Amino acid sequence: MSHTDAPLLSVTGLRKSFGDNVVLDGVDFSVAPGQVVCLIGPSGSGKTTVLRCLNGLEAPDAGVVAFADGQRHDFAQPARGRAAKEQRAALRDRSAMVFQQNNLFPHLTVLENVIEGPVHAHGVAKDAAIAEAERLLARVGLAEKRDAYPHELSGGQQQRVGIVRALALAPDLLLFDEPTSALDPELVGEVLLVLKELADEGWTMVIVTHELQFARQVADEVVFFDDGVIVERGHPRDIFTAPENDRTRRFLDRILRPLED
Amino acid sequence: MDTDTWHLILTSFWPMFSAGITVTIPLALISFAIGLVLAIAAALMRISGNRLLSGIARFYISAIRGTPLLVQIFVIFYGLPQIGVRIDAYLAAVIALSLNVGGYAAEVIRAAILSVPKGQWEAAFTVGLPRATALRRIILPQAARVSVPPLSNTFISLVKDTSLVASITVAEMFRVAQNIAAFSLDFLVIYIEAAFIYWLFCLVLSFGQDRIERRLDRRVAH
Repeated sequence: MSHTDAPLLSVTGLRKSFGDNVVLDGVDFSVAPGQVVCLIGPSGSGKTTVLRCLNGLEAPDAGVVAFADGQRHDFAQPARGRAAKEQRAALRDRSAMVFQQNNLFPHLTVLENVIEGPVHAHGVAKDAAIAEAERLLARVGLAEKRDAYPHELSGGQQQRVGIVRALALAPDLLLFDEPTSALDPELVGEVLLVLKELADEGWTMVIVTHELQFARQVADEVVFFDDGVIVERGHPRDIFTAPENDRTRRFLDRILRPLED
Repeated sequence: MDTDTWHLILTSFWPMFSAGITVTIPLALISFAIGLVLAIAAALMRISGNRLLSGIARFYISAIRGTPLLVQIFVIFYGLPQIGVRIDAYLAAVIALSLNVGGYAAEVIRAAILSVPKGQWEAAFTVGLPRATALRRIILPQAARVSVPPLSNTFISLVKDTSLVASITVAEMFRVAQNIAAFSLDFLVIYIEAAFIYWLFCLVLSFGQDRIERRLDRRVAH
Protein backbone atom coordinates (compact mmCIF):
# COMPACT_ATOMS: atom_id res chain seq x y z
CA MET A 1 0.00 0.00 0.00
CA SER A 2 1.45 3.32 -1.04
CA HIS A 3 1.47 5.88 1.72
CA THR A 4 2.15 8.75 -0.62
CA ASP A 5 -1.44 8.79 -1.97
CA ALA A 6 -3.37 11.94 -1.18
CA PRO A 7 -5.16 11.12 2.07
CA LEU A 8 -8.80 10.10 1.84
CA LEU A 9 -9.28 11.53 5.29
CA SER A 10 -7.19 13.94 7.27
CA VAL A 11 -7.78 14.95 10.83
CA THR A 12 -5.97 17.89 12.43
CA GLY A 13 -6.02 19.27 15.93
CA LEU A 14 -8.99 17.20 17.08
CA ARG A 15 -9.99 18.10 20.63
CA LYS A 16 -12.79 16.84 22.82
CA SER A 17 -13.54 17.20 26.51
CA PHE A 18 -16.39 15.87 28.60
CA GLY A 19 -16.62 18.42 31.39
CA ASP A 20 -13.14 18.64 32.91
CA ASN A 21 -12.10 15.36 31.39
CA VAL A 22 -9.93 16.00 28.34
CA VAL A 23 -10.39 12.98 26.10
CA LEU A 24 -8.72 14.21 22.93
CA ASP A 25 -5.99 16.78 23.28
CA GLY A 26 -5.04 17.66 19.74
CA VAL A 27 -5.01 14.61 17.50
CA ASP A 28 -3.63 14.62 13.95
CA PHE A 29 -3.66 11.73 11.57
CA SER A 30 -4.56 10.86 8.03
CA VAL A 31 -5.71 7.80 6.18
CA ALA A 32 -4.82 7.07 2.58
CA PRO A 33 -7.29 5.32 0.28
CA GLY A 34 -7.19 1.58 0.87
CA GLN A 35 -5.12 1.97 3.99
CA VAL A 36 -5.83 0.07 7.20
CA VAL A 37 -5.03 2.06 10.32
CA CYS A 38 -5.22 0.41 13.72
CA LEU A 39 -5.63 2.60 16.78
CA ILE A 40 -4.22 1.01 19.90
CA GLY A 41 -3.69 2.19 23.44
CA PRO A 42 -4.99 1.87 26.98
CA SER A 43 -8.70 2.13 27.76
CA GLY A 44 -9.82 5.71 28.06
CA SER A 45 -7.00 6.99 25.86
CA GLY A 46 -9.41 8.52 23.35
CA LYS A 47 -9.30 5.99 20.50
CA THR A 48 -13.03 5.32 20.49
CA THR A 49 -13.84 9.03 20.75
CA VAL A 50 -11.90 9.61 17.53
CA LEU A 51 -14.14 7.15 15.70
CA ARG A 52 -17.27 8.65 17.24
CA CYS A 53 -16.22 12.13 16.14
CA LEU A 54 -15.59 10.87 12.60
CA ASN A 55 -19.07 9.34 12.50
CA GLY A 56 -20.81 12.40 13.91
CA LEU A 57 -21.78 10.65 17.15
CA GLU A 58 -19.78 13.22 19.12
CA ALA A 59 -19.14 16.82 18.18
CA PRO A 60 -15.45 17.66 18.72
CA ASP A 61 -14.66 20.93 20.49
CA ALA A 62 -12.04 21.83 17.93
CA GLY A 63 -10.21 20.40 14.97
CA VAL A 64 -10.60 19.91 11.26
CA VAL A 65 -11.85 16.80 9.51
CA ALA A 66 -11.26 16.94 5.77
CA PHE A 67 -11.83 14.50 2.92
CA ALA A 68 -9.96 14.15 -0.37
CA ASP A 69 -12.78 15.63 -2.44
CA GLY A 70 -12.81 18.89 -0.50
CA GLN A 71 -15.50 18.15 2.10
CA ARG A 72 -14.18 19.89 5.19
CA HIS A 73 -15.51 20.42 8.69
CA ASP A 74 -13.89 22.90 11.05
CA PHE A 75 -15.20 22.21 14.53
CA ALA A 76 -13.68 25.35 16.03
CA GLN A 77 -16.80 27.07 14.74
CA PRO A 78 -19.45 24.76 16.12
CA ALA A 79 -22.43 24.19 13.86
CA ARG A 80 -25.83 24.60 15.45
CA GLY A 81 -29.36 23.52 14.64
CA ARG A 82 -29.87 22.65 11.01
CA ALA A 83 -26.18 23.17 10.15
CA ALA A 84 -25.17 20.69 12.85
CA LYS A 85 -27.67 18.19 11.52
CA GLU A 86 -26.29 18.57 7.99
CA GLN A 87 -22.75 18.24 9.27
CA ARG A 88 -23.55 14.97 11.02
CA ALA A 89 -25.33 13.68 7.92
CA ALA A 90 -22.34 14.60 5.74
CA LEU A 91 -19.95 12.75 8.05
CA ARG A 92 -22.21 9.70 8.16
CA ASP A 93 -22.37 9.63 4.38
CA ARG A 94 -18.62 9.08 4.41
CA SER A 95 -18.15 6.45 7.03
CA ALA A 96 -19.94 3.51 8.57
CA MET A 97 -19.43 2.29 12.09
CA VAL A 98 -19.21 -1.21 13.50
CA PHE A 99 -19.79 -1.19 17.24
CA GLN A 100 -18.21 -3.23 20.00
CA GLN A 101 -21.67 -4.41 21.13
CA ASN A 102 -22.83 -4.77 17.49
CA ASN A 103 -26.00 -2.78 18.28
CA LEU A 104 -28.05 -4.79 15.82
CA PHE A 105 -31.75 -3.89 15.81
CA PRO A 106 -33.27 -6.77 17.83
CA HIS A 107 -36.78 -6.40 16.40
CA LEU A 108 -35.63 -6.70 12.80
CA THR A 109 -34.37 -9.74 10.89
CA VAL A 110 -30.81 -9.93 9.63
CA LEU A 111 -31.90 -8.79 6.18
CA GLU A 112 -34.01 -5.96 7.58
CA ASN A 113 -31.08 -4.82 9.70
CA VAL A 114 -28.88 -4.62 6.62
CA ILE A 115 -31.33 -2.80 4.33
CA GLU A 116 -32.63 -0.37 6.99
CA GLY A 117 -30.10 2.34 6.19
CA PRO A 118 -30.06 1.99 2.39
CA VAL A 119 -33.87 1.89 2.09
CA HIS A 120 -35.03 4.22 4.85
CA ALA A 121 -32.18 6.72 4.95
CA HIS A 122 -30.64 6.70 1.50
CA GLY A 123 -33.65 6.03 -0.71
CA VAL A 124 -32.30 2.88 -2.37
CA ALA A 125 -35.06 0.82 -4.03
CA LYS A 126 -35.99 -2.09 -1.80
CA ASP A 127 -35.32 -4.78 -4.43
CA ALA A 128 -31.87 -3.42 -5.14
CA ALA A 129 -31.08 -3.11 -1.43
CA ILE A 130 -32.18 -6.71 -0.82
CA ALA A 131 -30.07 -8.02 -3.70
CA GLU A 132 -27.03 -6.16 -2.39
CA ALA A 133 -27.68 -7.31 1.18
CA GLU A 134 -27.93 -10.93 0.06
CA ARG A 135 -24.69 -10.63 -1.86
CA LEU A 136 -22.90 -9.16 1.17
CA LEU A 137 -24.38 -11.70 3.58
CA ALA A 138 -23.24 -14.52 1.31
CA ARG A 139 -19.76 -13.05 1.34
CA VAL A 140 -19.48 -13.36 5.11
CA GLY A 141 -21.09 -16.81 5.05
CA LEU A 142 -24.48 -15.78 6.44
CA ALA A 143 -26.70 -16.13 3.39
CA GLU A 144 -28.94 -18.68 5.07
CA LYS A 145 -29.41 -16.43 8.13
CA ARG A 146 -31.18 -13.63 6.25
CA ASP A 147 -34.52 -14.22 7.97
CA ALA A 148 -33.14 -14.95 11.44
CA TYR A 149 -33.43 -12.48 14.30
CA PRO A 150 -30.20 -11.26 15.92
CA HIS A 151 -30.83 -13.17 19.16
CA GLU A 152 -30.85 -16.41 17.17
CA LEU A 153 -27.24 -15.86 16.08
CA SER A 154 -23.93 -16.41 17.85
CA GLY A 155 -21.93 -13.35 18.91
CA GLY A 156 -19.56 -13.81 16.00
CA GLN A 157 -22.42 -14.09 13.53
CA GLN A 158 -24.03 -10.99 15.02
CA GLN A 159 -20.85 -9.03 14.57
CA ARG A 160 -20.53 -10.23 10.97
CA VAL A 161 -24.07 -8.93 10.38
CA GLY A 162 -22.95 -5.65 11.98
CA ILE A 163 -20.11 -5.50 9.46
CA VAL A 164 -22.46 -6.25 6.56
CA ARG A 165 -24.83 -3.53 7.79
CA ALA A 166 -21.92 -1.10 7.57
CA LEU A 167 -20.79 -2.37 4.16
CA ALA A 168 -24.31 -1.99 2.77
CA LEU A 169 -23.98 1.77 3.25
CA ALA A 170 -21.14 1.71 0.69
CA PRO A 171 -19.03 4.09 2.78
CA ASP A 172 -15.63 5.50 1.81
CA LEU A 173 -14.37 4.60 5.22
CA LEU A 174 -15.13 1.73 7.60
CA LEU A 175 -14.81 2.46 11.32
CA PHE A 176 -14.50 -0.43 13.77
CA ASP A 177 -14.80 0.19 17.50
CA GLU A 178 -13.20 -2.80 19.22
CA PRO A 179 -15.19 -5.18 17.02
CA THR A 180 -14.05 -8.31 18.84
CA SER A 181 -13.78 -7.13 22.45
CA ALA A 182 -17.26 -8.28 23.45
CA LEU A 183 -16.88 -11.72 21.88
CA ASP A 184 -16.08 -15.05 23.44
CA PRO A 185 -12.48 -15.91 22.59
CA GLU A 186 -13.40 -18.74 20.24
CA LEU A 187 -15.55 -16.38 18.14
CA VAL A 188 -12.92 -13.69 17.65
CA GLY A 189 -11.24 -15.46 14.75
CA GLU A 190 -14.22 -15.51 12.40
CA VAL A 191 -14.68 -11.75 12.78
CA LEU A 192 -10.99 -10.95 12.35
CA LEU A 193 -10.99 -13.10 9.23
CA VAL A 194 -13.75 -10.97 7.71
CA LEU A 195 -11.80 -7.83 8.62
CA LYS A 196 -8.70 -9.20 6.98
CA GLU A 197 -10.62 -10.05 3.81
CA LEU A 198 -12.03 -6.53 3.68
CA ALA A 199 -8.53 -5.13 4.07
CA ASP A 200 -7.30 -7.37 1.23
CA GLU A 201 -10.15 -6.14 -0.95
CA GLY A 202 -8.91 -2.60 -0.53
CA TRP A 203 -11.42 -1.11 1.90
CA THR A 204 -10.17 1.89 3.82
CA MET A 205 -10.47 1.05 7.48
CA VAL A 206 -9.82 2.60 10.86
CA ILE A 207 -9.88 -0.06 13.56
CA VAL A 208 -9.75 0.45 17.31
CA THR A 209 -8.50 -2.86 18.62
CA HIS A 210 -6.69 -4.67 21.38
CA GLU A 211 -5.87 -7.56 19.03
CA LEU A 212 -2.22 -6.69 18.54
CA GLN A 213 -1.44 -9.84 16.58
CA PHE A 214 -4.17 -8.89 14.14
CA ALA A 215 -2.93 -5.31 13.92
CA ARG A 216 0.53 -6.58 13.17
CA GLN A 217 -0.71 -8.73 10.29
CA VAL A 218 -3.26 -6.42 8.73
CA ALA A 219 -2.49 -2.80 9.55
CA ASP A 220 -0.58 -0.52 7.22
CA GLU A 221 -0.12 1.83 10.09
CA VAL A 222 -0.47 1.49 13.85
CA VAL A 223 -1.25 4.57 15.92
CA PHE A 224 -0.62 4.43 19.64
CA PHE A 225 -2.83 6.65 21.82
CA ASP A 226 -2.33 7.58 25.42
CA ASP A 227 -4.03 10.30 27.44
CA GLY A 228 -5.77 11.85 24.47
CA VAL A 229 -2.72 12.29 22.30
CA ILE A 230 -0.94 10.22 19.70
CA VAL A 231 2.28 9.08 21.30
CA GLU A 232 3.73 7.13 18.43
CA ARG A 233 2.77 5.88 15.01
CA GLY A 234 4.36 3.83 12.32
CA HIS A 235 4.47 0.56 10.48
CA PRO A 236 3.39 -2.28 12.76
CA ARG A 237 6.75 -4.00 12.29
CA ASP A 238 8.52 -0.98 13.76
CA ILE A 239 5.99 -0.21 16.49
CA PHE A 240 5.80 -3.75 17.76
CA THR A 241 9.46 -4.67 17.54
CA ALA A 242 11.17 -1.38 18.24
CA PRO A 243 8.85 1.16 19.85
CA GLU A 244 10.60 4.48 20.28
CA ASN A 245 8.51 5.81 23.09
CA ASP A 246 8.61 4.56 26.65
CA ARG A 247 4.86 4.68 27.08
CA THR A 248 4.37 2.58 23.93
CA ARG A 249 6.91 0.07 25.17
CA ARG A 250 5.25 -0.22 28.57
CA PHE A 251 1.80 -0.65 27.00
CA LEU A 252 3.04 -3.36 24.62
CA ASP A 253 4.82 -5.12 27.45
CA ARG A 254 1.67 -5.19 29.54
CA ILE A 255 -0.37 -6.65 26.70
CA LEU A 256 2.15 -9.03 25.18
CA ARG A 257 3.78 -10.19 28.40
CA PRO A 258 1.18 -9.65 31.10
CA LEU A 259 2.80 -11.95 33.65
CA GLU A 260 6.27 -10.48 33.59
CA ASP A 261 7.42 -7.57 35.74
CA MET B 1 -80.26 -18.57 49.19
CA ASP B 2 -83.90 -18.65 48.30
CA THR B 3 -85.30 -19.02 44.81
CA ASP B 4 -86.16 -15.32 44.59
CA THR B 5 -82.51 -14.42 45.05
CA TRP B 6 -81.46 -16.93 42.39
CA HIS B 7 -84.09 -15.54 40.12
CA LEU B 8 -82.84 -12.01 40.70
CA ILE B 9 -79.25 -13.04 39.99
CA LEU B 10 -80.25 -14.74 36.75
CA THR B 11 -82.56 -12.02 35.47
CA SER B 12 -80.18 -9.19 36.36
CA PHE B 13 -77.14 -10.90 34.84
CA TRP B 14 -77.98 -10.26 31.23
CA PRO B 15 -78.78 -6.51 31.54
CA MET B 16 -75.54 -5.95 33.44
CA PHE B 17 -73.43 -8.20 31.25
CA SER B 18 -74.77 -6.67 28.05
CA ALA B 19 -74.17 -3.13 29.38
CA GLY B 20 -70.64 -4.31 30.09
CA ILE B 21 -70.16 -5.61 26.57
CA THR B 22 -71.87 -2.75 24.75
CA VAL B 23 -70.92 0.25 26.92
CA THR B 24 -68.16 -0.46 29.45
CA ILE B 25 -65.76 -2.28 27.11
CA PRO B 26 -66.21 0.08 24.11
CA LEU B 27 -65.84 3.07 26.44
CA ALA B 28 -62.61 1.61 27.79
CA LEU B 29 -61.31 0.76 24.32
CA ILE B 30 -62.04 4.19 22.85
CA SER B 31 -60.60 6.02 25.86
CA PHE B 32 -57.53 3.78 25.84
CA ALA B 33 -56.89 4.40 22.14
CA ILE B 34 -57.18 8.17 22.50
CA GLY B 35 -55.26 8.08 25.79
CA LEU B 36 -52.43 6.17 24.12
CA VAL B 37 -52.08 8.85 21.44
CA LEU B 38 -52.02 11.53 24.17
CA ALA B 39 -49.52 9.47 26.14
CA ILE B 40 -47.12 9.04 23.22
CA ALA B 41 -47.34 12.77 22.48
CA ALA B 42 -46.75 13.68 26.14
CA ALA B 43 -43.88 11.19 26.45
CA LEU B 44 -42.17 12.58 23.34
CA MET B 45 -42.67 16.12 24.60
CA ARG B 46 -41.12 15.13 27.93
CA ILE B 47 -37.98 13.76 26.29
CA SER B 48 -37.81 16.33 23.48
CA GLY B 49 -35.29 18.54 25.22
CA ASN B 50 -37.51 21.55 24.44
CA ARG B 51 -38.16 23.22 27.81
CA LEU B 52 -41.59 24.58 26.86
CA LEU B 53 -42.93 21.30 25.43
CA SER B 54 -41.41 19.32 28.25
CA GLY B 55 -42.93 21.73 30.79
CA ILE B 56 -46.40 21.43 29.27
CA ALA B 57 -46.20 17.64 29.35
CA ARG B 58 -44.88 17.64 32.89
CA PHE B 59 -47.77 19.87 34.01
CA TYR B 60 -50.35 17.66 32.30
CA ILE B 61 -48.97 14.45 33.78
CA SER B 62 -48.68 15.95 37.24
CA ALA B 63 -52.23 17.37 37.18
CA ILE B 64 -53.74 14.07 36.03
CA ARG B 65 -51.84 11.92 38.49
CA GLY B 66 -52.27 14.34 41.35
CA THR B 67 -56.06 14.59 41.24
CA PRO B 68 -58.80 11.99 41.66
CA LEU B 69 -60.40 10.67 38.49
CA LEU B 70 -63.85 11.27 39.96
CA VAL B 71 -63.02 14.96 40.41
CA GLN B 72 -61.72 15.15 36.82
CA ILE B 73 -64.98 13.62 35.59
CA PHE B 74 -67.06 16.12 37.59
CA VAL B 75 -65.01 19.09 36.38
CA ILE B 76 -65.66 18.11 32.78
CA PHE B 77 -69.30 17.11 33.05
CA TYR B 78 -70.66 19.44 35.75
CA GLY B 79 -68.02 22.17 35.70
CA LEU B 80 -67.51 23.02 32.04
CA PRO B 81 -71.21 23.81 31.31
CA GLN B 82 -70.85 26.80 33.65
CA ILE B 83 -68.45 28.38 31.16
CA GLY B 84 -70.73 27.44 28.29
CA VAL B 85 -69.12 24.13 27.32
CA ARG B 86 -71.96 21.65 27.39
CA ILE B 87 -70.98 18.09 26.53
CA ASP B 88 -73.14 15.01 26.65
CA ALA B 89 -72.38 12.48 29.34
CA TYR B 90 -70.84 9.81 27.12
CA LEU B 91 -68.51 12.28 25.44
CA ALA B 92 -67.57 13.76 28.82
CA ALA B 93 -66.75 10.25 30.00
CA VAL B 94 -64.55 9.59 26.96
CA ILE B 95 -62.72 12.90 27.43
CA ALA B 96 -62.13 12.41 31.14
CA LEU B 97 -61.02 8.78 30.84
CA SER B 98 -58.76 9.51 27.83
CA LEU B 99 -57.04 12.40 29.58
CA ASN B 100 -56.59 10.24 32.66
CA VAL B 101 -55.13 7.25 30.83
CA GLY B 102 -52.93 9.60 28.80
CA GLY B 103 -51.35 10.98 31.95
CA TYR B 104 -50.57 7.59 33.43
CA ALA B 105 -49.50 5.91 30.21
CA ALA B 106 -47.22 8.85 29.31
CA GLU B 107 -44.87 7.91 32.13
CA VAL B 108 -44.97 4.24 31.14
CA ILE B 109 -44.08 5.09 27.55
CA ARG B 110 -41.42 7.58 28.54
CA ALA B 111 -39.76 4.98 30.74
CA ALA B 112 -40.01 2.42 27.93
CA ILE B 113 -38.37 4.76 25.42
CA LEU B 114 -35.59 5.55 27.89
CA SER B 115 -35.07 1.83 28.51
CA VAL B 116 -33.98 1.25 24.91
CA PRO B 117 -30.16 1.18 25.00
CA LYS B 118 -28.35 4.28 23.72
CA GLY B 119 -26.52 2.06 21.26
CA GLN B 120 -29.77 1.55 19.36
CA TRP B 121 -30.05 5.30 18.74
CA GLU B 122 -26.42 5.40 17.67
CA ALA B 123 -26.76 2.44 15.33
CA ALA B 124 -29.84 4.06 13.80
CA PHE B 125 -27.92 7.33 13.34
CA THR B 126 -24.91 5.57 11.91
CA VAL B 127 -26.96 3.90 9.17
CA GLY B 128 -28.19 7.38 8.28
CA LEU B 129 -31.63 7.58 9.85
CA PRO B 130 -32.70 11.06 10.97
CA ARG B 131 -33.87 11.38 14.57
CA ALA B 132 -37.60 11.15 13.86
CA THR B 133 -37.17 8.08 11.63
CA ALA B 134 -34.89 6.46 14.18
CA LEU B 135 -37.55 7.01 16.83
CA ARG B 136 -40.36 5.64 14.70
CA ARG B 137 -38.62 2.66 13.11
CA ILE B 138 -36.04 1.61 15.71
CA ILE B 139 -36.83 2.97 19.16
CA LEU B 140 -40.64 2.91 19.44
CA PRO B 141 -41.05 -0.72 18.30
CA GLN B 142 -38.62 -1.79 21.03
CA ALA B 143 -40.24 0.52 23.57
CA ALA B 144 -43.62 -0.97 22.65
CA ARG B 145 -42.41 -4.42 23.66
CA VAL B 146 -41.26 -3.16 27.03
CA SER B 147 -44.46 -1.24 27.68
CA VAL B 148 -46.96 -4.04 26.96
CA PRO B 149 -47.13 -5.39 30.53
CA PRO B 150 -47.53 -2.01 32.28
CA LEU B 151 -49.93 -0.74 29.59
CA SER B 152 -52.05 -3.87 29.95
CA ASN B 153 -52.30 -3.10 33.63
CA THR B 154 -53.31 0.46 32.81
CA PHE B 155 -56.02 -0.88 30.52
CA ILE B 156 -57.35 -3.28 33.13
CA SER B 157 -57.48 -0.42 35.65
CA LEU B 158 -59.31 1.66 33.08
CA VAL B 159 -61.98 -1.01 32.60
CA LYS B 160 -62.68 -0.84 36.32
CA ASP B 161 -62.45 2.97 36.43
CA THR B 162 -65.24 3.28 33.86
CA SER B 163 -67.61 2.48 36.76
CA LEU B 164 -66.98 6.04 38.00
CA VAL B 165 -68.85 7.53 35.04
CA ALA B 166 -72.03 5.95 36.43
CA SER B 167 -72.03 9.11 38.52
CA ILE B 168 -72.60 11.27 35.44
CA THR B 169 -75.50 9.12 34.18
CA VAL B 170 -73.63 7.11 31.54
CA ALA B 171 -75.55 3.83 31.25
CA GLU B 172 -72.51 1.59 31.63
CA MET B 173 -72.49 -1.60 33.63
CA PHE B 174 -72.35 -0.17 37.13
CA ARG B 175 -75.10 2.35 36.35
CA VAL B 176 -77.30 -0.56 35.27
CA ALA B 177 -76.39 -2.37 38.49
CA GLN B 178 -77.34 0.71 40.54
CA ASN B 179 -80.70 0.91 38.79
CA ILE B 180 -81.45 -2.76 39.38
CA ALA B 181 -80.37 -2.51 43.03
CA ALA B 182 -82.48 0.58 43.64
CA PHE B 183 -85.47 -1.23 42.19
CA SER B 184 -84.96 -4.62 43.89
CA LEU B 185 -83.35 -3.27 47.07
CA ASP B 186 -81.01 -6.31 47.02
CA PHE B 187 -77.84 -4.23 47.18
CA LEU B 188 -75.55 -6.94 48.44
CA VAL B 189 -76.47 -9.48 45.77
CA ILE B 190 -76.52 -7.06 42.86
CA TYR B 191 -73.29 -5.27 43.71
CA ILE B 192 -71.46 -8.55 44.31
CA GLU B 193 -72.78 -9.75 41.00
CA ALA B 194 -71.54 -6.56 39.32
CA ALA B 195 -68.16 -7.02 40.98
CA PHE B 196 -68.07 -10.57 39.70
CA ILE B 197 -68.71 -9.46 36.11
CA TYR B 198 -65.89 -6.86 36.31
CA TRP B 199 -63.67 -9.60 37.65
CA LEU B 200 -64.62 -11.86 34.76
CA PHE B 201 -63.75 -9.14 32.24
CA CYS B 202 -60.39 -8.55 33.90
CA LEU B 203 -59.58 -12.27 33.92
CA VAL B 204 -60.23 -12.46 30.19
CA LEU B 205 -58.11 -9.34 29.63
CA SER B 206 -55.14 -10.64 31.62
CA PHE B 207 -55.35 -13.86 29.66
CA GLY B 208 -55.14 -11.75 26.49
CA GLN B 209 -52.19 -9.85 27.96
CA ASP B 210 -50.32 -13.13 28.54
CA ARG B 211 -50.85 -14.16 24.96
CA ILE B 212 -49.65 -10.85 23.53
CA GLU B 213 -46.54 -10.95 25.69
CA ARG B 214 -45.75 -14.50 24.71
CA ARG B 215 -46.15 -13.67 21.04
CA LEU B 216 -43.86 -10.65 21.35
CA ASP B 217 -41.33 -12.72 23.27
CA ARG B 218 -41.12 -15.18 20.45
CA ARG B 219 -40.10 -12.40 18.07
CA VAL B 220 -37.69 -10.58 20.33
CA ALA B 221 -35.98 -12.48 23.10
CA HIS B 222 -34.24 -10.43 25.74
